[in-house]
Amino acid sequence: MMRRPPNGAAALPYLLILPTLFFVVVFTLWPLIRVIYDSLFVENQAVQVPQFAGLENFLALFMSSAFRDVLYNTLIYVVITVPASTLFALSLALMLNREFKTRGLFRLAFFYPSMLPMVSAATIFLFMYTPGYGLINVFLSFFGVADQNWLGTPSLALPALMILGIWKQTGFYMIFFLAGLQGLPHDIFESARLDGASTLQSIRYITMPLLMGTTLFVTTIAVVNAFETVDQVYIMTSGGPVNSTSMLLFNMYETLFNYLDIGKASAMSVILIAMLLIFTTINFINTERNATYE
Amino acid sequence: MNKRRFSLKFRLSTLWLFALGVLALGWTVPILWTLAVSIHSPDEPLSVANLWWGSHPTFSNYSQAFDIAPFAQYYLNTVLITLGILVVQLITICLAGYAFARFKFRGQNILFFLIMLQMMVPSSALIVPNYATIHALGVFDTLFAVMLPSFGSAFGTFLMRQTFKQIPRELDDAAKMDGANWLQTLWNVYIPPARPALIAFALSSISFHWNDFLWPLIVTNSPASRPLTVGLAVLTQLGEIGAQWPLVTAGTLIVVGPLLVIFLIFQRQFIDSFLHSGLK
Amino acid sequence: MKKFQTVLFACLMIVMLFTACQPAPTPTAAPSAPAASAPSTATELTFYYPVAVAGPITQIIDGYIAKFEQANPDIKVKAVLSGGYGDTLTKIQTTIKGGGTPPDVAVLLSTDLYSLVDSNAIMPMDDAIKAAGGDTLTSDFYPAYLANSNYQGHIWSLPFQRSIPVLFYNKDMFKTAGLDPAKPPTTYQEMVDDAKKLTKADGSTWGLEISSDGIPYWLFQSFVIGSGSNVFSASNKVTFDSPVVAQSLQDFMDLSGKDKVMPTGILLWANMPNDFANGKAAMIWHSSGSLTNILKQAKFDVGVSYTVGEKGFGAPTGGGNMYILKGISPEHQAAAFKFVQFMTSPDIQADWSIHTGYVASRKSAYDTQAMKDNITKVPQAGVAPAGLQYAGPELATHNNAQIQKFLGDAVQAALTGKSAPADALKNAQQQADQVLSQFKE
Repeated sequence: MMRRPPNGAAALPYLLILPTLFFVVVFTLWPLIRVIYDSLFVENQAVQVPQFAGLENFLALFMSSAFRDVLYNTLIYVVITVPASTLFALSLALMLNREFKTRGLFRLAFFYPSMLPMVSAATIFLFMYTPGYGLINVFLSFFGVADQNWLGTPSLALPALMILGIWKQTGFYMIFFLAGLQGLPHDIFESARLDGASTLQSIRYITMPLLMGTTLFVTTIAVVNAFETVDQVYIMTSGGPVNSTSMLLFNMYETLFNYLDIGKASAMSVILIAMLLIFTTINFINTERNATYE
Repeated sequence: MNKRRFSLKFRLSTLWLFALGVLALGWTVPILWTLAVSIHSPDEPLSVANLWWGSHPTFSNYSQAFDIAPFAQYYLNTVLITLGILVVQLITICLAGYAFARFKFRGQNILFFLIMLQMMVPSSALIVPNYATIHALGVFDTLFAVMLPSFGSAFGTFLMRQTFKQIPRELDDAAKMDGANWLQTLWNVYIPPARPALIAFALSSISFHWNDFLWPLIVTNSPASRPLTVGLAVLTQLGEIGAQWPLVTAGTLIVVGPLLVIFLIFQRQFIDSFLHSGLK
Repeated sequence: MKKFQTVLFACLMIVMLFTACQPAPTPTAAPSAPAASAPSTATELTFYYPVAVAGPITQIIDGYIAKFEQANPDIKVKAVLSGGYGDTLTKIQTTIKGGGTPPDVAVLLSTDLYSLVDSNAIMPMDDAIKAAGGDTLTSDFYPAYLANSNYQGHIWSLPFQRSIPVLFYNKDMFKTAGLDPAKPPTTYQEMVDDAKKLTKADGSTWGLEISSDGIPYWLFQSFVIGSGSNVFSASNKVTFDSPVVAQSLQDFMDLSGKDKVMPTGILLWANMPNDFANGKAAMIWHSSGSLTNILKQAKFDVGVSYTVGEKGFGAPTGGGNMYILKGISPEHQAAAFKFVQFMTSPDIQADWSIHTGYVASRKSAYDTQAMKDNITKVPQAGVAPAGLQYAGPELATHNNAQIQKFLGDAVQAALTGKSAPADALKNAQQQADQVLSQFKE
């Protein structure tokens, strides 16, 4: 039976949600409208008083090869790191779900990077990628791989950032998968094993489908996280070399704070929001459809 | 037949374990190397032959880092910001979660959707107008400016709504019959069983805001309000000189060290709370 | 709740323990000047300063402020460590745009001039300078450093923490390679020839390393200025596609391409001093500000000379100036200029240079005893100021950050083989023209 508060307290639920609603309105909803509005104006160092320009900012962005590179880099980053880290996290969770003595230590080893601020992780990896004495190159030299200038080579810089992203986030996703695995009923696996199913088969036909909810949850977080990549670009490459690591949020930051181009920065924000909204809405609908409540 | 299957499985397991161990080591090496280099003397250049703590390790890098940036102040700021946000969030999410879980009121679906929009529109995409709002409110360069946008949490509201929904309604009715008002009911009936979820939320909020960088970067300007992440970034942006790795790694450890120590001590609770928070 | 409270409490205890064990943070506000003499109508100035070098900068600045306040009891200065140059500029500009109160004095890049004038953020210093001695004052500053302060017939800033790129060379390696350590290269061709002798076939040592990340245009300007030209001709006109600039870019590329005296790809600025100190590079181009750290780490005889182009020595200037912001009251303006004058005075400049490695912006700073003693101890410190005669203005235009990026991207594109140099420069020129066309000179 839902509470039906007496007439005088009909306002109660509204009051209860008021604080949350207030902050969401001021810092999410109003800015959302504002940013769409600002994106329709030209406002930069040359044009200090905003001038209405319709979709000119968007057109200019899409016609600029530098911005197309930005979109491309961002999409590549998302498309590679999300599946990679999700699959990796799932595999780790499967392996670390079994009972064995040192499993706590293993979980710790993979999980701790997600506790670090990204700027610290980026600083550490900036050091690790140094040509010559950087640990990554030293390690690779044991396999006979020549010294690489990771952050100074356009084709290697983005992969370098991707490796950092995967290192940092995999453990975090692994925990969610572990949680999901623990919620699975044991009897199904028992009967499957009695029927002669191999480990791989039971993973594929039982575990995966049952973990759909968790997987969708993890991939949503992973995608949003990937789109928001900025800290490591700021610390490690500033978008270079030759714009090979320039990503959407970082470029937006540069456009706003270095070039003081409010119109373009707002347009970029709108593009970022649109891309994320599309993805998360699809995911949210899917999750709601597959989820079951008590 | 059984024996053979057993030994095959055993060998595979050891192989997996070994691979896992190598991987785990690789995952841990970055922080270990950072630690080693942070006590490397600043008078020796780093090279392939001189990779770890050098011939005369020293703690002078740490004192130098403290000379350059007031890390103690940054610590205080970060703690205040993180706790401030958490306290307000805990209040707002419990109230709002309770309302959505147990009340029926006009427009509740629309309002819920509007709040959920916050989860779909990341705050990083809204820095342009939010930055202007902070200036308009006159709180630029204050701890408050860093905290404000996070006071309302859609994620937390959603979490609490789900959690509260799972509490049997009989308890609620029983409390009502005992004459409890909404606050007493909330406090006595709903919050205690929601503890794991609240802890999980608290941990994720703390770690998110402790590690936040872009927003504090743009709304703070002076050491009085600057948190650790921004302070560390300045250390890596010293443009006129090259990278002073012993110094930078010392600075990095100043920032992450305590965090890691706390995590190591309480790791069981940290991980367990995520596991048992019921986030499915 | 109990477990949570325990965890929380433990966290707080650990953090507080850690905090308590560290030296107390240096207050950035009022200093230890005798308070008794300060009248209640003291003018309080706010001063933003960014950091770009290591060292106890805050302590040093606070020391100067204490001295200043002692000599000027009616003025108080509140210093704010405002991050990096970029942060400082952005915060000031957006504060002004949002209708807030900017600081009174700030250290910003000398090249930020046009952006600041465009934002109506700063005020000219002509009147104040005239009252303080006019030409006698300005002639003591190195002309190369004052070059970025003039616009529309006014002087807008005074140099405070300046630098130039210099060539560091390993004198021991010179000797081993049969080169005279007292004769560093004086032209581009000489530099290439020397580098060839210094490069070891097994790749363990490179003759030369010049970085091209971060702000690639800066070191690139040395090539151009050393060829007798520059990359821009006015605050709204760049010359990226001129033949001299194209040749300079080709020269830069040849180092790792044709001549193989430098590793290929984009070298990182941050790694250069370490590469020099551990023997990986026999010569590097880096900021004069790196001298202190290099001397600390290098276990060999370090030589300092100038960067070169085809015709001879050439270098852009770098670093920051003191600006006075607009919109502050007349008493604040007067107090602000007094402060600026103090911070750019010969003694302070000499002390600042000795402790940070910046080049003092005034000639008479090098006549002070402190500076003379320092140069006796560290002769290399005297090289950079003597090189200012070869310096040209740093790339500075309207919407500076964007224009600098266009040139930087072109340099990087050519160095990585992504574009032919002529195409890259033409592209950069077109983009810059489009942006700059919206500005008057």
